[in-house]
Amino acid sequence: MFPRLHFAVCFTAVLGPTLVHTLCPEAVNSSSLIQSLFPGALLNAIMHIFSFRVSDVLVCNETQRVSFWFVVTDPENTSELISGKDVERAVRISRNRINNAFLLTDETLEFLNIPPTLAVPAESGTPPWLIVFGVVIGVVGVGIIALLISSFIQKRRKKGVTEGEEEDCEEEACDKGNGVSHPVEEGADGVNRGFVGDIPFTKL
Amino acid sequence: MSAKGTEVKADTANVEVSKSTGERPKWDNKIQYLLTCIGFAVGLGNVWRFPYLCQIYGGGAFLIPYLIALVFEGLPLLYLELAIGQRLRMGSIGVWNSISPYLGGVGMASMVVSFLVGMFYNTILAWVLWYFFHSFQNPLPWRSCPVFNLTEYVRECELSSPVNYFWYRETLNITPNIETSGSLQWWLVICLATAWCIVYVCFIRGIETIGKAAYITATFPYLVLTIFLVRALTLPGAMTGLKYLFTPQWEILKNPRVWLDAATQIFFSLSLAFGGLIAFSSYNPQKNNCEQDAIIVGCINSATSIYASIPIFAILGFKANSNYEDCLNNNILSLTNAFNMGDQNITIENYETWLTYLNTSDPTKVANLHLKVCDLQTFLDQSASGTGLAFIVFTEAVIKMPGSQVWSVLFFIMLFTLGLSSMFGNLEGVLTPLLDLKLVPTCIPKEIFTGFMCLVYFIFSFIFALGSGNYWLEIFNSYVGSVPLLVIAFFEITAVSYVYGINRFSDDIEWMTGRRPNIFWQANWRVISPLMLLVVLLAYVVIQAMQELTYSAWNPNYVDFPMYEVLPYPGWVCAICVLLSTVPCILIPLVALYRFVHFLKKRVERLRAPSFYENEGYVSDM
Repeated sequence: MFPRLHFAVCFTAVLGPTLVHTLCPEAVNSSSLIQSLFPGALLNAIMHIFSFRVSDVLVCNETQRVSFWFVVTDPENTSELISGKDVERAVRISRNRINNAFLLTDETLEFLNIPPTLAVPAESGTPPWLIVFGVVIGVVGVGIIALLISSFIQKRRKKGVTEGEEEDCEEEACDKGNGVSHPVEEGADGVNRGFVGDIPFTKL
Repeated sequence: MSAKGTEVKADTANVEVSKSTGERPKWDNKIQYLLTCIGFAVGLGNVWRFPYLCQIYGGGAFLIPYLIALVFEGLPLLYLELAIGQRLRMGSIGVWNSISPYLGGVGMASMVVSFLVGMFYNTILAWVLWYFFHSFQNPLPWRSCPVFNLTEYVRECELSSPVNYFWYRETLNITPNIETSGSLQWWLVICLATAWCIVYVCFIRGIETIGKAAYITATFPYLVLTIFLVRALTLPGAMTGLKYLFTPQWEILKNPRVWLDAATQIFFSLSLAFGGLIAFSSYNPQKNNCEQDAIIVGCINSATSIYASIPIFAILGFKANSNYEDCLNNNILSLTNAFNMGDQNITIENYETWLTYLNTSDPTKVANLHLKVCDLQTFLDQSASGTGLAFIVFTEAVIKMPGSQVWSVLFFIMLFTLGLSSMFGNLEGVLTPLLDLKLVPTCIPKEIFTGFMCLVYFIFSFIFALGSGNYWLEIFNSYVGSVPLLVIAFFEITAVSYVYGINRFSDDIEWMTGRRPNIFWQANWRVISPLMLLVVLLAYVVIQAMQELTYSAWNPNYVDFPMYEVLPYPGWVCAICVLLSTVPCILIPLVALYRFVHFLKKRVERLRAPSFYENEGYVSDM
């Protein structure tokens, strides 16, 4: 979308040596100084783009941090510069790529007056919290239903036991004493076994 | 003389009969009862109110008024409630009706307060659930501001902070003032539904299910607190926080406000006067040592408060330290950029020396940078209590800890179980009196009735899911959960000491526990505790009345945003505040008056009644 950027940096030798001299009055040609000052990637990047040798790099206005100005020329018409706003937009969009090329971050590579592009948070289809909510409410719902069913069954069983006792009484011989009816244990020979256990103990 | 088989069958028949006529349910074992009582007493306040009070009232020195209040006010009242419930075997309304029909209003007031508190307390649990659901994301949603237009953050978030934005906008969607109600926030409604469903599952069969749930809800917070303690003590800056918390400032004890806050904190922390403790102990066998129970519950509650404040303050110290370092790093970046220095030349350790050097060499340039003054003490002083501590301060601390999701999940589950166990007491404080008064038709099974109760609560708590819900919650919290409880407790202790009679009460206790209460308890019940309660009540009412009725609103369009906008309550809201405070208290004299009028009517009727020998049968004939 944007034309290839041609850097014109104050210490390159793309322009002729005289121009360099006007840009860089106290130029020092020292390849070791360059290599100790620059991170390797920056150097490789510049070298790769401009295909010149280390000896062509002249250093001036040394500061403790590496900082430089750059302008971008139109590839068809090298004397025309691309507007600052366009360059800013380009940098904003490709900020991540530029950072990665130099192995730097937004904190260590700063473009003045260009705030860092913010990472858009990854949007997932269903928000994850709804999934957790679904799990929790599902478990709780199952619990409620289980408890309700179990209490319903318990009640049924209790009702069944009391009814069953009364039914027992109707079928077999019943002894109704003191308002509480309980079935009488009858053996096969029709003898009331209710007093069997007591017989050895009753003494006349 | 009957055979064993018939005897057994007869016994079960008898038991069936008595169950259907309503034998009182009882605890499966003593542990369940104790855990439920401890869970009721140990609640959110132990974690987010006590550490705050400790911090603002001079650290270690605050423990003195706190423990004095526990011994002379908390424990006697606790013992009294547990004993009276156990002896009379009824909920709050039944108990006070038994002591004197004129005091039935005390029980009704307890029930009304329990109902109102239950409404808003579960809303806090719904918020906790919301944060819990969001803790399963990476990164945590309150870590960074949402992005607007790819190039800038949302303005409201940028001006305040991501945690503030997440709490006030994405959770509450709060309106700028209480008059603007806003709409019902659907996400809060489903969190409320979840919270009430969980409460229902545990509450479905009354104490039968509560007792079993208490095994987890009462013990889990201690597990999490221990895990946090171990983790927090290894964080950088933890010791700063702890030193700050526990360094005693003895002069602060001269301020009477400290003593008042200690007394009210103990009182509210033990969940007295809700009727919940009376309800729980009414399901005990009568021969049970309630003195031991009271001492155990009271001491464990206070010990938990102190134990909880250690990891909380270690983590707050870590957060303050972290903020301090961030502040310094920002300044360092500005200086490095302005003076074109090498990266890592200025570090946190040599920042001060560099700053003085640069200030002397180029003061105007340094001044133009508008560096923030970074003071560790200011960050430590940023104290918070209540929801602010849990949802703003603590969440900010959690994102700085490695493995934030785990800590966030643990923290919010702990808060949920703390609140859930307190909710049980609130609900029992309403259910038990209703069951005792036989207001529940016997054809409706208990499960359906508890479900109906939860549904009613759920619908009422929609108020707190509105845009202005947080403002209403603050009102309910300040006006319902304070003065009425003090009034009820005062009447409770005077009723037992002077209407029921301490001697009669001591006889009952001797029958229940085998030992008469000693001089310490007698002195407290007769004189010290009622006096203390009266003083605390009057002081509290005076302070509340003197306070201007204002509240802090979150208004993004406020001039001084992100500061809170302090607004006065409109007239109708003031009226509601007064109503909330006075209606439960008014019930006490109202019921007494009603009973008295009834008594007078009966007296008058009896006086006017014809004598036995007069036969009205022939009047019309004559």
